[in-house]
Amino acid sequence: MTQNVGIVIVSHSLKVAEGAADMARQMVGNSVSIAYAGGNAEGGIGTDVASIIAAIETAWSDAGVAILVDLGGAETNSEMAIEMMQEDRRDRVVICNAPIVEGAVMAATEASGGSNLAKVKATAEELMAQ
Amino acid sequence: MRPATQHALIAAMATTIIAHADELTALDQAIGDGDHGLNMRRGFEAVLSDVDALAGQPLRDALMNLGTILIMKVGGASGPLYGTLFMTLAKELPAEPTVTEAATALDKAITAVQARGKSEPGQKTMLDVLIPVQQVLARGGSDLLRRLPLVAEEAAQATVPMHAIRGRASFLGARSVGHMDPGARSSAVLVAAACSALEGACL
Repeated sequence: MTQNVGIVIVSHSLKVAEGAADMARQMVGNSVSIAYAGGNAEGGIGTDVASIIAAIETAWSDAGVAILVDLGGAETNSEMAIEMMQEDRRDRVVICNAPIVEGAVMAATEASGGSNLAKVKATAEELMAQ
Repeated sequence: MRPATQHALIAAMATTIIAHADELTALDQAIGDGDHGLNMRRGFEAVLSDVDALAGQPLRDALMNLGTILIMKVGGASGPLYGTLFMTLAKELPAEPTVTEAATALDKAITAVQARGKSEPGQKTMLDVLIPVQQVLARGGSDLLRRLPLVAEEAAQATVPMHAIRGRASFLGARSVGHMDPGARSSAVLVAAACSALEGACL
């Protein structure tokens, strides 16, 4: 298990989530844990709290996990997933206000250098300021 | 609450959402991503399949479990929003609530939904039905179980001219005007079903 911040990608589409994860992984290889959740429980377009919790656990690092989301429901369901996690982990999971693909690549790249969670989040969010 | 009443209440809410699923989807197709009816039906079908167990639990546990089912099964933003509504009601309602206690609990639940959705009244959402319903409940008086569905229905209609600020409908900007908000409609049918079940139980 790496001690770099982990990255989770949450999209309404499994293909978008998987593709964004592939792009991030191309930058950082195995130096950062990257996991994704996409689609509802039936495999359609949507987001699913259970699969978001599972992705956070897969990407888990004691340094924390940064989540990238696409649209509203992905953010709301990710917030719900964080609240449903065990208490000592909740504070170490953040949702980045950043575009999902670019944000994932930027966040993963920042994480691969060993930056802390706040720095990873801030780097992804710089994209919103441009 | 008596198990029979609780059973009727939960079954009525689930059944009405399932019955209105196509209508909710049609409303959502007009101004959103068209999944509200499908998502809500998925959630409330799961609730309905658990209704016998939920009916036998203390009110607090039943509402908490109902909320959790919606969060886990709905698969859209409405899951956490309705889940938060029911879970906050679970925490705030005493076992045998008076009208005043119900109004106070609903007020807290609305505040929680508002925080979850980062929304305000007047933004063409479920809040635009829940808030007027809570206000009438808080004023009390006679015949509430007959009046509240009318208040909810009228409030849902009042979302038609509103301009969406939150959710997918906000992407349409001014084009969201002229359509009823699907979340307002699902809240209105839930209020109507709950009142009708409770009215049946009181007779």
